[in-house]
Amino acid sequence: MKDFILPGRDMGTPARSGAPVSLTIDGFAITVPSGTSVMRAAAEAGIRIPKLCATDSLEPIGACRLCAVEIEGQRGTPASCTTPVAPGMVVHTQTDTLARLRRGVMELTISDHPLDCLTCAANGDCELQDMAGAVGLRAVRFGPGANHFAQRAAEAPNPEWRPKDASNPYFTYDPAKCIVCMRCVRACEEVQGTFALTIDGRGFASRVVAGQDVPFMASDCVSCGACVQACPTATLQENSVIEIGTPERSIITTCAYCGVGCSFEAQMRGDTLVRMVPSKEGKANRGHSCVKGRFAWGYAQHQDRILRPMVREAITDAWREVSWDEAIGFAAARLKAIRAESGPDALGVITSSRCTNEETFLVQKLARAVFGTNNTDTCARVCHSPTGYGLKQTFGTSAGTQDFDSVEQVDCAVVIGANPTDGHPVFASRLRRRLRQGASLIVIDPRRIDLLETPHMGEGLHLPLRPGTNVAVLTALAHVIVTEGLYDTAFIRARCDWDEFADYMEFAARPEHSPEAVEVLSGVPAAAIRAAARAYAAAPNGAIYYGLGVTEHSQGSTTVMAIANLAMMTGNIGRPGVGVNPLRGQNNVQGSCDMGSFPHELPGYRHVSDPAARGIFESAWGVTLSPEPGLRIPNMLDAAVGGQFRAIYIQGEDILQSDPDTRHVAAGLAAMDCVIVHDLFLNETAAFAHVFLPGSTFLEKDGTFTNAERRINRVRRVMAPKNGFADWQVTQLLANAMGAGWAYTHPAQVMDEIAATTPGFAGVNYAMLEERGSVQWPCNDAAPDGSPIMHVDGFVRGRGRFIRTEYIATEERSGPRFPLLLTTGRVLSQYNVGAQTRRTENVAWHAEDVLEIHPHDAEVRGVKHGDFVRLTSRAGETSLRAEVTERVAPGVVYTTFHHPGTQANVVTTDNSDWATNCPEYKVTAVQVSASNGPSEWQTDYATLVAASRRIAPAAE
Amino acid sequence: MTDDKLARMANQIAAFFVTQPGVAAEGVASHINDNWSPPMRAALLAHIAAGGAGLAPAVIEAASRLRPPPHSAAQT
Repeated sequence: MKDFILPGRDMGTPARSGAPVSLTIDGFAITVPSGTSVMRAAAEAGIRIPKLCATDSLEPIGACRLCAVEIEGQRGTPASCTTPVAPGMVVHTQTDTLARLRRGVMELTISDHPLDCLTCAANGDCELQDMAGAVGLRAVRFGPGANHFAQRAAEAPNPEWRPKDASNPYFTYDPAKCIVCMRCVRACEEVQGTFALTIDGRGFASRVVAGQDVPFMASDCVSCGACVQACPTATLQENSVIEIGTPERSIITTCAYCGVGCSFEAQMRGDTLVRMVPSKEGKANRGHSCVKGRFAWGYAQHQDRILRPMVREAITDAWREVSWDEAIGFAAARLKAIRAESGPDALGVITSSRCTNEETFLVQKLARAVFGTNNTDTCARVCHSPTGYGLKQTFGTSAGTQDFDSVEQVDCAVVIGANPTDGHPVFASRLRRRLRQGASLIVIDPRRIDLLETPHMGEGLHLPLRPGTNVAVLTALAHVIVTEGLYDTAFIRARCDWDEFADYMEFAARPEHSPEAVEVLSGVPAAAIRAAARAYAAAPNGAIYYGLGVTEHSQGSTTVMAIANLAMMTGNIGRPGVGVNPLRGQNNVQGSCDMGSFPHELPGYRHVSDPAARGIFESAWGVTLSPEPGLRIPNMLDAAVGGQFRAIYIQGEDILQSDPDTRHVAAGLAAMDCVIVHDLFLNETAAFAHVFLPGSTFLEKDGTFTNAERRINRVRRVMAPKNGFADWQVTQLLANAMGAGWAYTHPAQVMDEIAATTPGFAGVNYAMLEERGSVQWPCNDAAPDGSPIMHVDGFVRGRGRFIRTEYIATEERSGPRFPLLLTTGRVLSQYNVGAQTRRTENVAWHAEDVLEIHPHDAEVRGVKHGDFVRLTSRAGETSLRAEVTERVAPGVVYTTFHHPGTQANVVTTDNSDWATNCPEYKVTAVQVSASNGPSEWQTDYATLVAASRRIAPAAE
Repeated sequence: MTDDKLARMANQIAAFFVTQPGVAAEGVASHINDNWSPPMRAALLAHIAAGGAGLAPAVIEAASRLRPPPHSAAQT
């Protein structure tokens, strides 16, 4: 649907950036960049030329002819959307001729459109309606005849009429309302890059179809909703608008799914959310979204949400609903008793990468300042902790170097261990657009990811490496660059330590790092490695984008260093179009790391042993802080089994499902005396909890998220918390019950405290975010406007540091018992452990986790598509259905971890990154065999969970 | 925490630093000092004192450079 609310006024055609051109429109002088359309120039002057097929998110095609104008000295009435401005041009947008022409165009369009405006879902929000008004259409002279909208002709069914396509759970396609403006088709191509829609037929027979004229759900459609947003009529309409009606106001907020951090308008009627529309002003997403952000917010109102606090003496008891006072009192009493018995280091917290910066800051403050321990960790431990370590060692700070706009200037994109079309869909769309413009693509991943199938891209280079051989392959790339002299001497001399580079050059040049030697280890043809290295080094702008396929390995940190080495030696740092770009998994992974969630680092990545850093917080908080690093999540669980770690407060994180080696996690949790789970739902971890504190959704609270490009975006409350409190308030209640005496009344005060204590955030405050929308840290006196690109004039650590990257094979390797390698990931429609997305209609796309297996491996095991198979590793076993596909290489199998019933992490092991203990999710040696049904663990677990979710009836 | 798990972690750290220029034990010690909680360091030191079975040489060599845990932590 059209843009409903200002300031997203539709300028008609996209902005251009040429030299200034001056012209006159309706007597007004206006100067615009060359290449700008007459339509947009008029809009800049405040004149809105009638239009139907044009919109500023799409290239103009001049199809509807409604935007005709007269230009002095030119014959005819050109379409203003496709006519570029010229110096001295004199344009008239409203003349008698134009008025007559436009009425004629509208009359023809309306003659094949139903006149049921009053009962139409787009009533009041329809551009066709608006344009009929704008051109003064008063009558339609054409009588009844062939049309697409009447279900029946005079005597018989109308063969041109087609029923609605309601196959997609979130929107409806009503062909009867279509004016064939092709905005949807173009949005699918230009904005999303999926090419699922097309125009079938010509002339009067033209109509929009999905795929080869199949229902939307049967087509390639990924349900991003760009077509729905682009549609000027009710032809493609959100089901929520059909059900509720048009929204009456909108509030800008930030998506709570992946690390892209899209800005959205939450469009409301009263306190009911009608729809989410991606904001054009959003600097991460530029008006685009994916199926999760736009549509999958129904979990916020899901019946499974727990809205009242609950406690129980033992995890074998049923839950008892209690007041907030009683729940907080119960939790605080247990925590205090345990601290008195076992000391502060028996307590700990896990902060959430799904919660806001302010909430995360308070949770780590609770551990450090109130509990008196540095036992704080976050789910970033299990995803991007190696990024933090690797980039800090090489560049000096733990962050991606670019903004997302940078992708528009990339010439060679290297995607390593990431699947952006599924994991970071909006970034993938932006990358695909750049690939269609001619940028080259190198994918280093065991799977043939969908990005390689981008239409009109040309040939991408795929390096299908064996899981666990990242370091070998990346060092081989460095080998080619140093031995063939492809490095950027000037950059290295200016920005790095030449002696360290010389050392690395000698190291990388060794014969064991040659592509030919590495081919044996990795399975990647040497020629492909050489071609990739040459392409990356030769590109004017080479950018590396990577995901958890890099970090979640025993050598995750080494791989991050290898990536940094490659970027430095080719000079691909410090300007638009280049850089090292970690694609963060969750919405606020960057923020949770920034906010001091790690046990060894205070906010701003300052080590706890640094007395100056501790001093800042000690004086701000009036406490003495421990100088010793605390426990990481896996260490907490180990210590719990050993009896030294006894109580944990977990905010918005489901470690039982998301962390590796489920049996070990369960044993650790079961050994604790006080597990406090603060979440929206009774998640899997809650099966082992003594206190459940209901959480609030991102729609119900104020705060900020920091996305993968370090962008601090506001999250705004659009409705009251159904559970009564925002999450930061709940943490404050708990802290105060422990004697903290906190008195925050708004998250803005927490941000002020962050700014006062953390140098990179010194310039950040809510008033500034209100004014500017967002800012990228560091934002302080040195960079008052924030930092879209880092390391521009020098590295944060001074000189960039090259570090040797020796390949060390993981201990997890395939053998006779476990001959296959399992790697894990996610799909587009689901998110992380699925707690949110499983409670939406997104299950229509992915109702269960499946095991991808190559036809060869399937055949030798007698496994057919859809068969139940047993997946066994040395850690455990589970059962799930097989999907036979060539997307995975022979010897590799792949699954997702979105569904608790599957419990993929029963199979993953406790191997972890050498530097950060980030689990090695991406390599597990497994065997696959035929199965009749769920494993013993799955059956036992289902029973346990059912028992642990009992809620005793209220004693009234 | 079990000794064999700590030993494995320490050996992994050592495996990285032995590939680096300079004294591996220094890298190992500084990494462990920065990232391991006092009880974990105490357990590792105790394991080394008891002979250090299964530990890489660089880990054993790092022992003298490890920051001794505060007294209370050593007892847990």
